[in-house]
This record gives sequence, C-alpha cells and structure tokens, in this order.
Amino acid sequence: MDVRYEAPETLQAAVALLAGATGPAKILAGGTDVIVQMETDLIEPSLLVDIKKIPELRQIAFENGGFRIGAAVPGMDIMGHKALAKAWPGVLDGVKLIGSIQVRGRASIGGNLCNGSPAADSVPPLIAAGAIARIIGSKGTREVPVEQIPVGPGKTSLASDEIIASFFLPARAPHSGDAYQRFTPRTEMDIAVVGVGVNLTLDKGGTCTAARVALGAVAPTVLLSKECADALIGSKVDDVALEKLAAAASAACRPIDDKRGTKEYRIKVAGVLAKRTAQQALEVARKS
Amino acid sequence: MAQAHPILEQSGFNPDKKLKIVGSSPIKHDGIDKVTGRAKFGADMYLPGMLVGKILRSPHAHAIIKSIDVSAAEKVPGVKAVICRDDFPEITPGSANGDMTRNAMAREKALYDGHPVAAVAAISESAAKAALKLIKVEYEVLPHVIDPVEAMKPDAPILHDHVRTKGVKGADKPSNVIEKYELGIGDVDAGFAEADVTVEREFDTKPMHQGYIEPQGCVASCTEDGQIELWCCTQAPWVYRDRLSNILKIETAKIRVQQSEMGGGFGGKTGFYPEPIAIQLSRKAKRPVKIALTRNEVFRATGPVSGTKSRIKIGCKKDGTITAAEAELVFQTGAFTGSAFTNAPQAMFTRYALKNVKTTSYEVVSNRPKVNSFRAPCVPQIVFGVEGVIDELARKIGMDPIDFRLRNAATEGYKTIYGETFGPIGFVETLQAAKKCDHYNSPVPPGQGRGVAAGFWFNRGGETTGTLNIGIDGSVTLILGTTDVAGSRISISMMAAEELGIPVDKVRAVMADTHSLGFNRVTAGSRTTFSTGMVIVDSARKAIAELCKRAAGIWGVSPDAVTFEDGYCKPAGANVGNFEPLSIAQIAAKTMATHGAIAGHSEMNVTGAGPGFGLHIVDVEVDKETGRVDIKRYTVVEDAGKAIHRLQVEGQFQGGAVQGIGWALNEEYYYGKDGRMENPSFLDYRMPVASDVPMIDTEIVEVPNPRHPYGLRGVGEVPVVPTMAAIANAIGQCIGVRPQSLPMSPPKLLKLIDEHKAKNGG
Repeated sequence: MDVRYEAPETLQAAVALLAGATGPAKILAGGTDVIVQMETDLIEPSLLVDIKKIPELRQIAFENGGFRIGAAVPGMDIMGHKALAKAWPGVLDGVKLIGSIQVRGRASIGGNLCNGSPAADSVPPLIAAGAIARIIGSKGTREVPVEQIPVGPGKTSLASDEIIASFFLPARAPHSGDAYQRFTPRTEMDIAVVGVGVNLTLDKGGTCTAARVALGAVAPTVLLSKECADALIGSKVDDVALEKLAAAASAACRPIDDKRGTKEYRIKVAGVLAKRTAQQALEVARKS
Repeated sequence: MAQAHPILEQSGFNPDKKLKIVGSSPIKHDGIDKVTGRAKFGADMYLPGMLVGKILRSPHAHAIIKSIDVSAAEKVPGVKAVICRDDFPEITPGSANGDMTRNAMAREKALYDGHPVAAVAAISESAAKAALKLIKVEYEVLPHVIDPVEAMKPDAPILHDHVRTKGVKGADKPSNVIEKYELGIGDVDAGFAEADVTVEREFDTKPMHQGYIEPQGCVASCTEDGQIELWCCTQAPWVYRDRLSNILKIETAKIRVQQSEMGGGFGGKTGFYPEPIAIQLSRKAKRPVKIALTRNEVFRATGPVSGTKSRIKIGCKKDGTITAAEAELVFQTGAFTGSAFTNAPQAMFTRYALKNVKTTSYEVVSNRPKVNSFRAPCVPQIVFGVEGVIDELARKIGMDPIDFRLRNAATEGYKTIYGETFGPIGFVETLQAAKKCDHYNSPVPPGQGRGVAAGFWFNRGGETTGTLNIGIDGSVTLILGTTDVAGSRISISMMAAEELGIPVDKVRAVMADTHSLGFNRVTAGSRTTFSTGMVIVDSARKAIAELCKRAAGIWGVSPDAVTFEDGYCKPAGANVGNFEPLSIAQIAAKTMATHGAIAGHSEMNVTGAGPGFGLHIVDVEVDKETGRVDIKRYTVVEDAGKAIHRLQVEGQFQGGAVQGIGWALNEEYYYGKDGRMENPSFLDYRMPVASDVPMIDTEIVEVPNPRHPYGLRGVGEVPVVPTMAAIANAIGQCIGVRPQSLPMSPPKLLKLIDEHKAKNGG
C-alpha cells in the first residue's frame, strides 16, 4: 500500500491534513515507534504527517519561571539543556533512559507519550512533575495534564485531528527535587518492567509539603498515585515513610504477567523502586 | 581404513621453529570492507530483473494443512510466482531429506508457529505482501506441545506418526522421543559405593537463539536450461548444494552456491531456510528472486539451540578423587530431529579422568522451530549442571575448586568415554594458569561472589580443499572453500606467508563457490583454521617443491640440489654451483618461459584435531531486592595450542563468554498458550547489549597440537562451554544458593533469594 507523506511547516497545516485524512493517519516525530511499527506490519497508515518541520515544536523556551518544551524536540536536545537539567533532573533521567543514544537522537517526549505505552520512560517523571500538555486541534487549543492523555495501551485521549504541541513544566519551589528510576534486566535498549517518578518539595525543616508519585509499567496506563504521595507528605521521608511508600506503590499496581515480567515480580519491585526513587528525589531537594 | 595423508603423519610441526608471522595480529584483509560497508552480505546481491520473495508462515503451532488456494494471490498485479508444498518433490517422511523438505516448506502439517506454508515472488515488496494476504490456507488446528518433558508423556500430542523411538527395543507406537542413547564406561554402582560424598541435582536450560546480527538473505537465479546460481549467507556452501540437490532433485553440477560475507552464524547458518524457497520461486518465475528474512522470521523459524532437562549425580572421595558420575539428559530438538545431542554425553564429563560413568540421553521433538547448531552443540547446557555439582563437591570437602579440578584432570593417554585416547592436551596447564592469574589471586570484592567452571570441546577436522596460486609478481592468492565466520582468511593467509617466507600483505584469500573446489565440510566445530590451514600449508609445500623444480631448470641442476628458505630458492650446497638465490617473484616472472603457472592444491579428510580446554573465572554482584545480576569481572583461560592470530583468538574467547552471559541471565523464548512466540524481536528477546558486559580478560595457554604444522587447536567452541556454569557458581556464592535453572533472570532469582531467606529464617 502506498503511504502519503506530508511535512507541513505550521501547526494549522498539520491539523488540516489530519482533519482531512480519508484513511488511517499517523503523526511522525522521531519515528522511533511509528517506523518500527510500520516495518513490522503492526500499523498501516495511509498518511504520515511529519511534524519536525514546525519550528515551535522543536524549541525549548523559558515561560513564567518554568519551561515550555516542544513536543518534537529530540531527547538528546532535552538532555543537553542545562537549566532544564538543574530544575527537573528526574524528567531528564526519564528521557535519558529511552532507547539508546541513536534512538534519543530522534525520539521525542511527545512521541513517547502518544505511543501510549504504560512503560514509556519519560511519562512517569512528566506526570510527577505536573507537566501540562498543550494540544492543538481543529476545534482550538486545550491545556491538559499529562496523566489524562494515555487511556490504555496504545490509546490516548487525543482526537484524530489533534496534535500535542508542547509541554509546560512549572516553576520550582525552593527545596524541590524529582527523580525517575526504572527496572530493566539490561542496562539499556530495554523496556521498563517497572518505572517510578517522584517529585517532592520540602519545607525549611525538611518536612515534605508536596509530593507527586507516578508508577509506570504496572497498569494499563501510567498511574499517578495519591496513596504514594500521601505516604510522603508530612513526613521527613524517613524509613517509616519510605516503607509506607513502598507498600502503597505495591498496592497501587495492577500489572499483568507477560514477557517483560510477572505480576508478582512487578508488585514487589514497584515498592523497592519507589523507595529508591524517593530517596534520590530527597537528595536532590535537599541540595536545591 | 582410509590411508592417512602424509602431512598428517608428518605435519612438520617444529616447536623450535622461529616464527615471523604466526602469533602476531595483522589487520584483516577483509576488515576495511567490513568497516566501510563495502562487504557484501546475503541481502547485498542485486541482479537485473530481480524479484522480491516473501514467505507466508503458519500462525499455528500444530495444524493439519487441509488445503492451500493460491489463485487469488496469483492475480495480484506484479506477482510472478506463488508456490507451496505442491511445488516441491514428494519425499518420504522420516528420512533426512523428508524432514529437510518439510522444514523448508510444510507439507501435511504445520509443526510450529512460523513454519513456511507458501511463498510469493513479485516485482515489489508491497505486491508480495498483498499477495500473501490473499493465499487461503485451511487449517485443522491440533493440540500442541512446547515443553520436552510434556512431549515425552504418553498422552502428548504426537508430531510425527512415523517416529518409533530409536534405541528402545520393541518401540512400536508413535512417539515424540526420537532416540534414547546410552553411553558409559566402568561400573557406576561400584564407583558410588567408594564415594565419601555424593551430590545429585536437577537442572534445566532454555533454548536460546544464535543471535547473529545478519538475518538470512539469499538470491537465487535459475536459467531456462535449469542451471541454478545461489548467492547466500552460509557456513556450509557444499552441504547446502548437496542437500538442495537431494530435496529439489537437481544434479549438484547444476547448482552453484556462492557464499556471501558472514554476518554472524555461530552454527545457525549450517542449515538452509529461505534458500530452497527462493530457488523454487525463481524456477517458476524465470527471474532471479531475493529473499531476506526479517528478525521476526529469524526468531520464529530459525535456530535456536536445544533446551534441556538434566539430572546429574557425581561422587568423590575425601581427597577429591571422583569415583563415579551418572546423568539423565533430555534434549529438545524442535519439530525435527537434528540436535547433535550425543555430543553432550560424550563431552559433559570429558576433561576429568573418570573411570565409571553412566549416561542416558533422550532427544525429543515438540512444536518449536527445529534447533540448529551452536558453538559446542548441546554441551554448554549440560556443563551448566555438571560444573555446578563439581563445585558443590569441592566445597563439601573443603577443597579449592580449581584444585579439585586439577585433582581429576585428564592428561595425555587418558582413554575417553567416546573411545579416543588423548594425545598431548593442555587441561592441567590451563588450570595452573588460571590459579596463577591476577583475577583468581585478587580478593573477592565485598558483596560479590566468585565462580569458576571448566569446559571441553573435541575440536573437529573433516573434508577440506584449497588452492594456492602464485602470481607473476610473486604475490599469492588462496582459494578457500570453508566459510570465514571469524577471521579464518587472515589466519590461513598468515600460515601461507609463513611457509613461503613472504609478508602476509602479499597474500589474499577468496571464498570459492561450489564449482571451484571439491567438497568442503561445514565451517563448524572449531575446524576451519585448523583444517583449511593444514590444506593450505600442504598446498604451499607443493608450490615450494614446484618453485625448486623451476629454479633447478633455470640453473640446469637437479631439483634435489635446490632448497627453499625464507622466500628464496637456493643451491642445496656449495658443490651445486655458484648461483644467486632466486626469490619467488623472480621465479614467478619466468613462468611463461618455464612450465606455466605455479600453484599448489590439496584435498584431505583432516584428522588430528587437538581437544580444547578452558576455565572461566567470574565475579558477580546481585541486587538482592530485584534479583538483577551485574557481571563485574570475567577472565577466560583457554588452551589454543598455538594462537595463529592472537587478537582473533582473544576475540573468540570474549565472544563465547558474552554469548554465554546472555544465555545465563536473560535470553528466553516466551510462548503464549496458543503456542505462538511472543517476543520475536531484540527488544523483548533480551540479548546482552554492550553496556551489560565488562571487558572480558583473556589468557591464552599454548600447549601445541603436534598433529598440526603450527600446533594449533580450534578455539571457537570451548569459550561458551563453561560460561553459564561459572556465572551460576558465582551467583551461588553471592546469594547463598546456586541457581539450577536458566535463564537466571531477575524474577526467577528474586524468588530464589526470597525462598532461601525464608528457609534460613530471613
């Protein structure tokens, strides 16, 4: 089957192409999922809309003390952004774990999210960070928290004519830190068996005043766990709090048995990783 | 018995000979092309008018193929041929050829997920894919069986109605057990009665894929008068030709197989997959046809190596002397026989001078792709258990694990279980070198565990041919038949240069097609550098004799009066006459005026391969909360006889260990309840990536094999034999319990750690 390839230079043109598509259409950013899925006959789009030529999708900008990251910015560019690395090291840890250097030279966080995998490495830290996606479609613009975008494996809440244009990461309060850790049997080029993103803020006395915890690869979508956050808020993130956090993380899991890990194993390791990730986020917060 | 070739009786091996080239590490002559991308692999051949071939594969693990309707597929624009079982000659099931043709293209039944059932040749990939979708196959799905122990049960689904278990008297019912094979020496009951300590354990290992980077690719071109040219990536051009001749009923003289560069084989390219399909498509379409497999196809329908179950029992005295060993082994062979499982009982204990051994082995079919060869076929899986039991015995009697192995090490004169009496071998020297090496003498870092394990492989010889041609300027070309899977071209060129006394850069080797040389056995079993090296040394010596004759003619003396030394023909003594020595180039320049081209040719059925032995030392760290293993330090000590190209020998040691690390830790097939493979990609079939393995240190031991002119032993197989055992022994030291099941993946290991903790009160 022939595939029509378009590379518009404006968001409006891209949306118009999607809105006018007569067959299955796919948005192409880095292509590290889309091309592989086409090669292995998992998808057969008749239209590919390449969004890499749209300038605003390829920029990282400061905005209201925070950052606006274009949805098609490749991972290696995000990793090279010093101010972003200082403010959101956990988000960068997630990006760093996607594929390999070659893959990250193409892959974007917009693509990582829209692929809809519950194991996507950049998604738990983005959710923990409270990132907001800006979505453009025929009916206008919407601002949506990242956790509301995936709705199931391979599925998102985006309409067929909608594109994620950018992500907004808010300004940081003092003594804040985030971290992301994942478990894979191999060191790289692997898919998370469990991933945990933690973002927390301490007061001057070292008590946790705010926390967000996101769990990857343990349910059909990445989970934002209130129970996990509650285990940390009000505590000094000490051993007791960490044990509570581990129990809450394990309890929140709704995993499946598959080639990437057993249910039992994922539940256990989610607790272990939640502890380790919270400890890492704590170190960052104490230093900031 | 066939008469031994003179060179085998008189290899000319001289331990005191000063070597100029052998033992160094020159740049490979084929290396630049590999680095620049110019090297041509299986899928890199293009011919005018070439079509794309695509294969339709069974989605069922076990099903009767009731009918195949290709009529709609044939009507797709651009489609030039569609074939299925009806396009292959009928051959009785149960024969070697009958199995081979059925594995290439399913006939009565589909026997595994991915089994080819039809194929299309078209002008484009999209036309071929569209046609595949229109082929109508009517299946009657049957119950399937994946696990070999399940397949042995009396009520298991039967794959082949014709199979009666070989080696079982009165076997009269169809069975999935292809063969029962017993091998032993001495009296094990008496041996165990003498033992002070006995350890008996059960082990299991999973099939793993050879994991070559290059998927099979080939181009077949058939002429109107029935001549066939086949370009393909193969370790066995002559074997492919002869087998293709058998199943397609075409004379061997009409099939010319040209091997491409080898993008990894490891045994997995010793048997064909798309090649007969490409030929039949080309015959029907009357145009060249290329088939390049995808990784999905490679995983679902090629390889892997046998999975095994084993029970191993060994007894020893307090002083460490092993008194008896017993084993029961089950080998999974996939949908068809051919696992070479008898290697295992022959090799599993061989390296120890045992007097009482009893083994019983079974080869079992199940609904998975037919296994293919892999480094030391069927041996590493079983050594995983043997070296675990050995380690446990050593610890039980409080002996250093290497000392325990030294205590029992076989030496020259030991008669093996398979009948060979060892000549000079280097197992003791290997163990001693391991004991002395820096790694073994460094303390085990805190939190880590150290393991050792030993391995053996026979090494092989076999039918081999080759030619050496001297050019008009004195440079030299070699025509080799055995596939270069790991750098044999440069190693053999080095031996030729050493013989001729010329720089190795003056030698170039090419890989012949099957019309250009006589039969060459498959490149496998660590035989190629040994056997083809021997053939080319023989060819060089023949060419040298001819050079001496030409010099004698030029000087007008008798050929006996001329000797050859360091690249020059010289008068044998002062009384011959006062002649200036003649170089190869000077003599070659005069070939027009003498008797024409100077060449040497040799064909042999090579014997005298020297057995290989190795010992691995590994340090690991285990994350006790996740079960993840980190390989911290790894050393391979192995006897190479003589390392011809040192860097390549080290590469073999390292590559074997790396493949073993993958096999040990994470490589595994996942089959769904429907019998379909769920992880046919490198994303989910977890081969190690570069950052998963440390630098593998190597130590080359050199105990020469006097049956080879340069003393070499094959080094391709041994490096993977002890790897999984050594890692398991190290993990055992780290977590307090030695794993008995592969892979030692995080979920399995965490379970083992938790169970061990619970048993020992947390």
